[in-house]
Amino acid sequence: MNIDWFPLLNSLRIAAISCVLVFFTGIFFAYYAARLPRTVKGILDVILTLPMVLPPTVCGYFLLLAFGVKRPLGLFLQQFGVQFVMTWYGGVLAAAVVAFPLMYRTARGAFESFDETLAYSGQTLGLSNAYIFWRIRMPACRQGILAGTVLAFARALGEYGATSMLIGYTPGRTATISTTVYQLWRTNDEAGAFFWVMVNLAISTVVLLTVNLLENRQKKAVAK
Amino acid sequence: MSLIVDIRRDLGKFRLDVSFEAENGVTCLLGASGCGKSMTLRCIAGIEKPDEGHIELDGVVLYDSEKHVDLPPQQRKVGYLFQNYALFPNMTVRQNILCGLCREKDWGVKETRLREMLGLMQLEGLENHKPHQLSGGQQQRVALARILVSDPRLLLLDEPFSALDGHLRDALKIELRDLLQRYGREVLMVTHDRTEAYNMSRQIAVMDKGRILTQKPTKALFADPGSVPAAVLTGCKNIAGARRIDGHTVEVPDWGLRLEVAQPVGEDLKAVGIRAHYFNTATSRNRFPVRFVEEMEEPFETIIQFRFEGQAPDSPPIWWRIPKEKRPAQLPPEIGVAPVNVLLLYEI
Repeated sequence: MNIDWFPLLNSLRIAAISCVLVFFTGIFFAYYAARLPRTVKGILDVILTLPMVLPPTVCGYFLLLAFGVKRPLGLFLQQFGVQFVMTWYGGVLAAAVVAFPLMYRTARGAFESFDETLAYSGQTLGLSNAYIFWRIRMPACRQGILAGTVLAFARALGEYGATSMLIGYTPGRTATISTTVYQLWRTNDEAGAFFWVMVNLAISTVVLLTVNLLENRQKKAVAK
Repeated sequence: MSLIVDIRRDLGKFRLDVSFEAENGVTCLLGASGCGKSMTLRCIAGIEKPDEGHIELDGVVLYDSEKHVDLPPQQRKVGYLFQNYALFPNMTVRQNILCGLCREKDWGVKETRLREMLGLMQLEGLENHKPHQLSGGQQQRVALARILVSDPRLLLLDEPFSALDGHLRDALKIELRDLLQRYGREVLMVTHDRTEAYNMSRQIAVMDKGRILTQKPTKALFADPGSVPAAVLTGCKNIAGARRIDGHTVEVPDWGLRLEVAQPVGEDLKAVGIRAHYFNTATSRNRFPVRFVEEMEEPFETIIQFRFEGQAPDSPPIWWRIPKEKRPAQLPPEIGVAPVNVLLLYEI
């Protein structure tokens, strides 16, 4: 069987890059949201979590509203040669938007259970705030943040709705595993669809096993 | 070496309005839980911000709302020992202590100071342990080591013994007191435990609902607390409203008696207190007929509760504490208290 591996590579690069983006933005918002006054935090929390509960096609709709080729923002970006519609990096945007809440919520949970006196004592000892964040807060929250990252990666890898709305399916250009499965099934290539389903299952299983492993380690760390 | 604090902050239920000065040696803020003691320490360390006021340490202004000075905690050089010690769990003892040396750039100096401190704190051999592998006492020593290597101008101790078992606590009190004496810096400690305050400090400031009621040398405070909250905090069990009769006599309506007192009585007397240890069967002064109510044994002392003959029914029984071997076999019909042992309280 002569297999075109492009969908796997495309899915992996979309998932990997969006995962990196979501890692930093998720942590950033989680860290600052934990410090906001209650009401502002509540509102921000709803907005930031919406992509998780909305149907992905609705997210795709909003993305098209913003970045569509005839929309102001889309037109503006085209001047710099950036176009999110029908490009593989548009897939990064779609996957990042949908995966963001997973990272944000898990990281926020980890930050909220952080013992703030550790940060205070670091400050009184003269440690810089950046040092405290990266060397004390992040290590203390590392299990939660890792779990969030893995979940975000898995979600980005499996993204279908928003991706198909924004970048569609072009073999060799924008095809991902999930859009390929749909396309092959639609064109009666049952064997091809089954193959990609298996690939997806394998990756997702590994990811979930990793999450469980991390959670077990966290439980042990807490028990200590 | 001096600390000047004069700050105000709204704490919701009440207003923190604290003003005091502390000099060389250990000063203690004594107050019930939630009276604003810890908030005061946090404001001094720069972790919390007062609404307004002035904080000055050794002539350096740390905070001043009018001059818009508010140094970040990193620049205040104020060491803060947290109740739970706040050791960094992901770091070893060595790394934790090195955090206190972050201002020092020369690695040779860092290493020397680290060695010195490990020796001083008897932590040799534990360098590579993680905090969770240490006992409570060791954790406290690491936390102190980490603070002392950073060479703070002022050391703040927040309920330093509350996380320890009773047995360990006494041993550590002696250890910490000796260390602080050798260290010879200014120390401000908060506690709700009168024994701790008495053991550790030279000066005590009594805090109640966000205010400082009195500030006195430790022994003077226990001898003459001066106010009802201070009397309660220093462990006085028997307190009742009172009014002045003449220069050396007070009337206590709840107890149905008049007491002779040693100190001259002020016009605005509000209450009197008698410590449970101060009752006496032998004295001929202030002797009153009593009725015994209840008795409870402790390991080395007996607590006896009694009522004065003329005592109001709704006033709680009087506590009398006496070493077991001194407890008379037959409880006496009359009990007295020396005039010098009647505490005069002017504020409720």
